[in-house]
Amino acid sequence: METSAGDLILFAEEEQRLVALLDRLCQEAKARAAFLIDRNGHLIAASGRAADLDTTSLASLAAGGMAATGGIAQLVGERGFSGLVLEGERSHLYIAIVRDDLILVVHFDRTSSVGLVRFRVRWASDEIGRAFAVMAEQSRTHADPGPTDLQNQLAQITDEDIENLLSI
Amino acid sequence: MSFINYAAREINCKLVYYGPGLCGKTTNLQQIYARIEPTAKGKLISLSTETERTLFFDFLPLDLGTIRGFKTRFHLYTVPGQVFYDASRKLILKGADGVVFVADSQIERMESNLESWENLEGNLSEQGQTLRTVPHVIQYNKRDLPNVVPLEEMQAALNEHNAPWLEACAVKGVGVFETLKASAKLVLTDLKKKMGG
Repeated sequence: METSAGDLILFAEEEQRLVALLDRLCQEAKARAAFLIDRNGHLIAASGRAADLDTTSLASLAAGGMAATGGIAQLVGERGFSGLVLEGERSHLYIAIVRDDLILVVHFDRTSSVGLVRFRVRWASDEIGRAFAVMAEQSRTHADPGPTDLQNQLAQITDEDIENLLSI
Repeated sequence: MSFINYAAREINCKLVYYGPGLCGKTTNLQQIYARIEPTAKGKLISLSTETERTLFFDFLPLDLGTIRGFKTRFHLYTVPGQVFYDASRKLILKGADGVVFVADSQIERMESNLESWENLEGNLSEQGQTLRTVPHVIQYNKRDLPNVVPLEEMQAALNEHNAPWLEACAVKGVGVFETLKASAKLVLTDLKKKMGG
């Protein structure tokens, strides 16, 4: 769910739903791995052979790359570019914008193709958009104990906790 | 904006180092990277030119420890300081939970400090934000050099919102962690406030 300040909070059930979508995307696109990240470069969910990669760096660089691509789009009079294909010798990346504020990254090799990945990403983008809409609706209509519990826990943070945390 | 993964019990925040060209933003990240224990840091990524000037950004993910059962991660970014890279600065500034403004204390760089400060305010304003509300810390860097502007003058010229400030000599690591600590504290306090705490 997204807070009024624009912060994103992901609860266990929501994460499971997103990972299940990415699992299906990996399977149907014959991809090595798929990641969902936000525009600020935070990794939201991952599937496939994600453990083989430095996902933190990948998320940050993909977000930076898509931000730059969006800037280029505006310079040439486009509202944005919806996807970006990065071709390597052994593997490739397809990076797509989802719902304007999320980025889907698919890592694939010769067992798949750009066409197949792009086709499956279109399906996954719609599903992810729907999943986020459901999450937003649930957070409005249900008395989900998650957010309250989280707020309570964060409210209990003291200056001393922060001092102890930063023993750097 | 911050990302809280309740399932993984993780808080992720974005901190952006801003300031004029050659003020020491990248040096701050390099010093943190060099001095922090390996388990608490990820890779330091620098997208720079052949002459090691920042072209797009530097990135350093840090694990600051656990607070109330939540792993607290900070993603540190620098912006390119050179005037003509404004488009890149805007992109990197988006979604920042906090800003460290690194000012160059040398007399001849004072105008560049002011220009960069105005640029920061302008870019935040384009995103519907203002330094009045965005948590920020000012680091007066290069205090070890002989030709520095007196602190009071720098404070009067830059610190409009009475933000926490620190003196530093980033190249020797002096004031670097203190700046990070002050910024992280502001960001986490702000997050707590936003969550109703």
